Amino acid sequence: MHSDRAPLGLKIAAGFGLAFMHLPILLIFVYAFTTEDKSYQWPPPGFTLKWFGVTWGRSDVWEALALSLKVASISTVIALVLGTLCAAAVSRTKFFGREVISLLVILPIALPGIITGISLRSAFNLADIPFSFWTIVLGHATFCVVVVYNNAVARFRRVSGSLVEASMDLGANSFQTFRYVIMPNISTALLAGGMLAFALSFDEVIVTTFTAGQQQTLPIWMLEELVRPRERPVTNVVAMVVVLVTFLPILGAYYLTRGTDTVAGQGK
Amino acid sequence: MTSAIRFSGVSRHFGDVKAVDGVDLDIAEGEFFAMLGPSGSGKTTCLRLIAGFERPTSGTIEIFGKVVQDTPPYKRDVNTVFQDYALFPHLNVRDNVAYGLMIAGLAKKNRHKSADDALEIVALGGYGDRKPSELSGGQRQRVALARALINQPKALLLDEPLGALDLKLREQMQEELKVLQRNLGITFVFVTHDQSEALSMADRVAVFDAGKIIQVGTPEAIYYRPERPFVADFVGSSNVLPPEFVAKLTGTMAYGAVRPEAVYLADHGHSACVKTVSFLGTATRVSLDVAGTPMTMLLPKGALIPKSGETVLIDWAAHDLHVMHP
Repeated sequence: MHSDRAPLGLKIAAGFGLAFMHLPILLIFVYAFTTEDKSYQWPPPGFTLKWFGVTWGRSDVWEALALSLKVASISTVIALVLGTLCAAAVSRTKFFGREVISLLVILPIALPGIITGISLRSAFNLADIPFSFWTIVLGHATFCVVVVYNNAVARFRRVSGSLVEASMDLGANSFQTFRYVIMPNISTALLAGGMLAFALSFDEVIVTTFTAGQQQTLPIWMLEELVRPRERPVTNVVAMVVVLVTFLPILGAYYLTRGTDTVAGQGK
Repeated sequence: MTSAIRFSGVSRHFGDVKAVDGVDLDIAEGEFFAMLGPSGSGKTTCLRLIAGFERPTSGTIEIFGKVVQDTPPYKRDVNTVFQDYALFPHLNVRDNVAYGLMIAGLAKKNRHKSADDALEIVALGGYGDRKPSELSGGQRQRVALARALINQPKALLLDEPLGALDLKLREQMQEELKVLQRNLGITFVFVTHDQSEALSMADRVAVFDAGKIIQVGTPEAIYYRPERPFVADFVGSSNVLPPEFVAKLTGTMAYGAVRPEAVYLADHGHSACVKTVSFLGTATRVSLDVAGTPMTMLLPKGALIPKSGETVLIDWAAHDLHVMHP
C-alpha cells in the first residue's frame, strides 16, 4: 500500500540531493554581497549592496548583456521557423531518408559542444566568413533548432492528419488551416521550445568561444572576469541576475507543457 | 435525374498498389449511395477522391457536371464526416460546427446562431460550450454531422461514420441518417464494410474488391442477383456453386448462388453431409458438405433440425438458383 507521506529516509535523501545541486548556486548569491573583492573568502567578512551599484555602472556588463539577449532572441526566432518546418515535414509526410533527417536534426545536441564549435569554426574559416554577431547566432541556432524541433515533432504527431483534412474540407485553404487548426494545437509546444532554446543560447559558452570574434556574450564575459581579480563580486551580481532571469522562461515552459498529454488527440 | 458524382476510368495508384483501378461510377442527385467492400478494397480512397484529399492517377471526376480532379478540397461543394470524426480539440462544440461559416467570413453572432440551430437538429442543443473531449462517441458523431452539413453541401460524404459506435447506437443512427437524408434531399455517399448497413440504408450499393467495382445495383439486386461469386460471398454470405455443379442443374457453365434461407430439407434432392449446427435465435444455421461444395442452410424456427454427422437430402426451388454471368 502506498502511504501519502514519504518515509523519513527518502526525505533526507531528497534533501541531500537538492542541497548538493543548489547550495553552490546559493553560494554565488552570497558572494554577490561580500565586502571582500580579491578572493573568495569564507565566511564573507561583511555584507554590502555596493556591488549592485558598481555593476550598474559598468558598460562592459551592459554590452555583454545586450549581445547575449540579441543573440538568444535571433537564434530562437531562426530555431522556431526552421524547427517547426522540419517537424512538419518529418511528421506530416513520408519520404525517402526521413529517419536519417530526423537523426541529423537531433545530432547537434548530442554532439559535444566542442565538436560543434570546432567544426563551425573551420567551416567559417574555409568559407572566409569573418567572425561576427551572425556567426555566434548561426552557432547557437544549430542546437536551438533541435529543442524546438523536438517539442514540435512530438505535438505534430498528436495532431491527427484528419484535422487538417477536416479543415480543408470545410473550406479553409492552407494558410487558414495553419492559422486556425495547426497553430492553436502546436503553439504551447512552440512557446515551450522557444523558451528552452532562449535559455540554452543565453548561457552557452563552448560553441560561442569558437564562433565569436571580439564580441563577448554574457557567459564569456563572466569567464573572463573570473581569471581577472578585479571587482570580483560584480561577476556574482551578474550571475545572480542571470539565474533569476533564465529561471522564469524555464518555469514558464514547464507550466505550458504540463498536462497537455490530452491535448490535440484523435478526437476519439 | 442529373448525375451528382461521376467517375470515368478513375485510377489511383500508390507505387505498385492499385488502390483504385479503372473505376466508372455514376451517383444520381439525391441518392443514398453506399460503397461496400472489405478493408483495402478502395472504397475509402474513392471517397477521398471525391472529397479531394487524393488526386487520381488517371481518369476524370465530375461533381455536378464540373470536372474537379484539379480542384482542391476547399473549393468543392461536398463535405465529409470522418471516420474518427476529426473534431478540432481546441475549439468547443459550437465553434467546431461554425468552423465552415467562420472560414466563409460570417460574423460571429450569425455563425453562432446557425451552429446552435444545427446542434438543435442533431439533438445536441445546449452542448455548444462543451469541448469535444467531454462528449460520448455518439455525440461526437452528431457534432461531426452538424459541422459537415452547416455549409449546405450538395453531397455529404460519410467514411464509416458508424464504425466506432456500439450496436444499439449504430442501429439508431442508421435510422436517423436515413431520415435526415430524406429530409435534406441531398446526395449521401456512404462508405462501409458492413453489408447489412449498406443494404438497409442505401438506395444503391457499389461492391468494391481490389480497387474495382464488382457490381452496382439496388440492395435487392445485390442480395438476390449477385453477378460475381465475390458479391454473393461478401454480401450476406450466399452459397456459391461452382460452374460444374450449375452446369449439371441448368446446362449453363457459370457460377451460381443460392441464399441460405432458400435451402430446405427435402425427400429427394442433393445428398449433403451435416458438418455443424448453430442456433442463432430466430433461425438455425446448418453447415453442409454437398459433394465437396460447402453450403449453408438457414432453417426457420420449428423446422426439423438435423444432427451433425448425419447425411440429409436438401433442395431449393429452381428460381432461387441465381446463375451469374458466365
